[in-house]
This record gives sequence, structure tokens and C-alpha cells, in this order.
Amino acid sequence: MSRLLDKTFWGLTAGLVFLFLLNFFLEEWMRTIGLQTLARGLVAIGLLVLWRTGMVSFGHALFFGFGAYTVAMMQIAGVNDIFVLLFCGTAVAGLLAVGLGFLLRQYRAIFFALLNMAFSMILYGVLAKVESLGSTDGIGISQVTFAGVKLEGETYRMGLFVVAIVFAYISALAAHWYLKSTLGMMTMAVRENEIRVEYLGYSAEKAIHAKYIISGLLAGMGGVIMAVTVGHVDPDSMVYWPVSGDFVFITILSGTGNVGATFIGALVYELLRTYAFEFAPEIWQLILGGALLLIIMFLPDGLWSIRSEWRNRRAIAKSRSSEDQAAEQGHD
Amino acid sequence: MDFELLIVILVDGLVYSSYLFLVAVGLTVIFGVQKVLNVTHGSFYAFGAYLAAYLIGLWSRGGLPDAGGFLLILVSALILGLILGIIIERGLLKFLYDRDEHIVVLATFAAFLVLEDVILLIWGTDPYLAFQPLALLGNSEIAGLIFDNYALTMIALSFVVAYVLWYGLNRTQFGRILLAVIYDREISMAMGINVTKVFLITFIIGTFLGALGGAYHAPIISVQPGIGVEVIVLAFAVVVIGGMGSIPGALIGSIVVGIARAAAVHQLPEIELFVIYGIMALVLIFRPEGLFAPIKARKI
Repeated sequence: MSRLLDKTFWGLTAGLVFLFLLNFFLEEWMRTIGLQTLARGLVAIGLLVLWRTGMVSFGHALFFGFGAYTVAMMQIAGVNDIFVLLFCGTAVAGLLAVGLGFLLRQYRAIFFALLNMAFSMILYGVLAKVESLGSTDGIGISQVTFAGVKLEGETYRMGLFVVAIVFAYISALAAHWYLKSTLGMMTMAVRENEIRVEYLGYSAEKAIHAKYIISGLLAGMGGVIMAVTVGHVDPDSMVYWPVSGDFVFITILSGTGNVGATFIGALVYELLRTYAFEFAPEIWQLILGGALLLIIMFLPDGLWSIRSEWRNRRAIAKSRSSEDQAAEQGHD
Repeated sequence: MDFELLIVILVDGLVYSSYLFLVAVGLTVIFGVQKVLNVTHGSFYAFGAYLAAYLIGLWSRGGLPDAGGFLLILVSALILGLILGIIIERGLLKFLYDRDEHIVVLATFAAFLVLEDVILLIWGTDPYLAFQPLALLGNSEIAGLIFDNYALTMIALSFVVAYVLWYGLNRTQFGRILLAVIYDREISMAMGINVTKVFLITFIIGTFLGALGGAYHAPIISVQPGIGVEVIVLAFAVVVIGGMGSIPGALIGSIVVGIARAAAVHQLPEIELFVIYGIMALVLIFRPEGLFAPIKARKI
């Protein structure tokens, strides 16, 4: 069991406790940024899981949008409880991933990325035409209840935040443990040499399918949180292709080293986006694009690599100084 | 379905196909040679449309003859091909050729975001109209429906572009060098081909084609923010359907998509938006290499 309680576990737990306490002191707008960070971060963890196999999806807005629109449809049907919505939105997106996974697990590289994109654009095309869901204008999401309890005013957002951090914590931890399991570790082997994995008796396609379902579930959950946070869903901000691009952006920004880093990356993205939009509305895309280019050029493994870089340097410095000492002792 | 409707769908479809072809062909040329799925292509299109609309506006306000608009379209595409092509290839892609293909796509996505705002900074958010060349050519009636002659010239332009590219690739010295580079970059380098130069020239040609698509399109659309975002996914779909990197593929792909969309618009408007991506998904499912991808020799 102690194998599971590693640094990342304690890091995530500390983050959970910290955010739970912070919740009481946050201002309204900060909580909104926090909720959006968690929503996008969840999708990015799903993409991280896929990326470990060397696969990138340019269409995860499909599952994100599916989760978000499930909220809209269930509210029309009269269901309004956050826990039911989270469960259903995640499950529906997961089921979609199970189905599509049978197909997509056969694809690699750019074909995988583009087929995902094609599916997300099909959903976009459908949603833009369905009038009962508001077509391109989208549809409003009303306030939700918490296991039947109705919260008002500021406590509503606080409640939402608590639910979001708890669910994000559980999901991130599950993803982390999955990545440490044999099935999770195997995926890196799939990236390095798929044929060899098959010869060892494992099925590469099944491993990829499992990853695809996990990423679908996480993206669906992110979609539910986003829909409830924003209070509105529309095809352009939930399913259009640049939305998928943003998710990949966050994954690159965070690097694939650790699930915890993904939330940090998502927070950096969210702050960058909010402040760029606030202070330079004419060039916010330019700022985002510029930041992404800088990361690709100078930090190819994402923000997480700063940490390992720093560690390496310290290790090198340490070994040097001990060598020096050894040399000095030799002189004596 | 009656015969007249069939004609209308056919003509409408071909007009739309030629629009798609002009945009997609540049993308497929760049992919074929450099193996880069270039999202920036959407910006090339938008830049072309803006520059052409802007120049045509200036030109006609100066009281010069409307026919000059066609020259301006060509000039703006050439200028943009040279400027943007060199900036993006030398300033960005050059550093990324040995990186993972997804990273390269994402880098061009980043450059696309940057260029979107550069367009807004230069031309602002107001839409531009450049109707002069459209008005000059008038319109004609086919099967009871009015078609702009300008839109019909687009079909001709597509065939000219397709022929010139085919000729350039198969009948000229540069085309043969290009084929060698496509087949094996390292061997052609060893044979003394300056691959860096070939890449740059190809990218400039691709950029020129993207800008030309936008510039030639400017008179029939309202040139406004967001046109690049819309166009690039369409171009992706066409290129995937035809087979990435294949010029005849782009031609067939755009005809398939164009006619399917026209049929949807006239018969089933509800599915208009996703019919294209539906075809794209079907093609990827049954023929992932595209309908007309060239057969590749397996390299070890």
C-alpha cells in the first residue's frame, strides 16, 4: 500500500486541503478561475494519459462538449443535482469513448489526431443545428442543488468549488495510480516499440483503448464542471476545434511528467488568458500563441521540466563538490 | 429529384469545390513535401482575403478601372507568399523539422493564434467588402437560378492551378527534385540537393496558394474576423479525404465535399454543417490514407 502513497499522493492531498481552506478567503472571480482551471485541468490529465503513449487528440472537445451538453439536456428533463449531473455527464462521455475507442485504437499519429477532430466537428455541426438546445446561441444552465440542498449567494459558488476540488482530487489520484500500474506503465512501452509489446503477450490496442476511455471520462467530467461554472453552454466555446487546441496547449505547458503539474499548467493558462483578455483585449490571442511558441522552443517538456532540470543541476553540483573534497583529501 | 435541381446542385457544388480546392491545395503541397500539417494556412487565407479586399477598396476609391482588381488579387497573394512564407518557414518551422509531428502542428496552431491578432491589429474588426470584381463580371442564369460569373471563374482558376501544379511537379527540373525530396530527404541531401532551399520554396508556394484562395474569395464573402478559423478545418477535411500530400487527391476531395455539401444545402439543410466531417470520418475509417493517397514503398 505504501507504494501508492508516494510524493504525488501527498502533494495532491496537500493541494486539496490547501484549496479547501483557501475557499473561505477567495473572492468570487478567483473561484471562477479556480473552477475553470479544474475543468480544463481534468481534460488535460486525460490528454496526458494519452500522450504517454505518444498519441495526441485534436478533438477532445468532443467529450468535453458531451459532458457539458449532458448537463443542459438533463436540466431540461428536470434533473438538477450536481452529483447526478457529474455522474451522468462523466458516464455518457465515458460510454462514447468506449464505443469510439474500438475504432480509434487502431489509429496512430496524425490519423488518430484528425479522426478525433472529425468526430468533434460532427458533434459541433449537430449541436449548431439542434434548436431545442439553442443551436449556435447555446443554452443557459440554471443553478444546481447539492444532494438536494439548495445553496444561495456566495455559499453556492463555495459549494461548487468544494465539489469540484474533491472530484478533481479523486480523478487525478486515480489517473496517477493508473499510470503507475502495470497497464499504465505499459503505455510507455507501446510508444517506444509497439510490436515488441505485442510479442511480450500484451495487447497494445487494449492498452490504448483503456487510455482513451479514461481520457473520455475525465473530459466529460471537465465539461460538466465547466458548464455549471459558466452557466451557459454553446457549440463555439465548448466543441469547436480551437477548444481542443487549448487542451493540448495546457498539456504541452504542463509537460507529461506528473498529473499534479497539469493543474499548475491549467492555472497558468487560465491566468494568462484572463489577464491577457483583461489588459490587452486586442492581442490576447497573440499573447497566448506567443507563450505557447516560447514553451515549445525553450521548454519542450513543459513547466514540470524546470523542476527536474533544477534537480539535475543540484545533483551535478553535489557530485562535483564531493569530487573536489575527495581530490583535496588525496592531496593530504 | 428533378433534372433542374440536379444541375443546380452540380454547379453550386462545383463552385464550392473550387473554393475548397484553392484553399486545400496549398495545405496538401506543404504536407506532401515537409510533412507539416500547417494550421497557419488558415491565417494565410485570411491575410489574402484582407489584403486583397483592402487593396481593391483603395484602388476603386482612387477611381481606377475595376478590372485591375484581378491584378491586385494576384499581387497580394504574391506579396503574402513571399513575406509570410519566409517568416514562418525560416523563423519557426526551420527549428522544428526534427521534432515530434504533434509538436509541429501545435507550433503552427500557436503561430495561427498570433497571426489572428496581427490581422486584427492591422485591419481592425470591421468587415471589408470588395464587390467590384464581382459586379464587373455580372451574372448568368443556369436552370432558373442566378449564378455570379465571378464564382464560375473560380472553377476555371482551380483547374488552371491544378494543371500548373501537375505540370510543375511532373515535367520540370524542380518538380523532379521535389519528388526526390518527398521520397527520401536524406538520400536527396546526400545527392547534393539543397533541401533547405527546396523546403523554403515549397513553403512559399504553399503560402502563395493559401493567400490566393483567400484573395480570390474576398469579393464574394464579407471579409471579417474568424474566417481563417472556419477555413482551416474545412481544408483539413478536404486534404484528409483526398489523401494527405496528394494534389489529385485534393482535387477529388474538394469535388466530393463540394457536391455533397451542395446536395445537403438543397435537400437536407439540417445536415449541411456536419456532412463534410461525416465524410471525413468515413474516409478515415475505411481508407485512412485517403481516397487517392499515393502508394508508398515501405522503408526500413
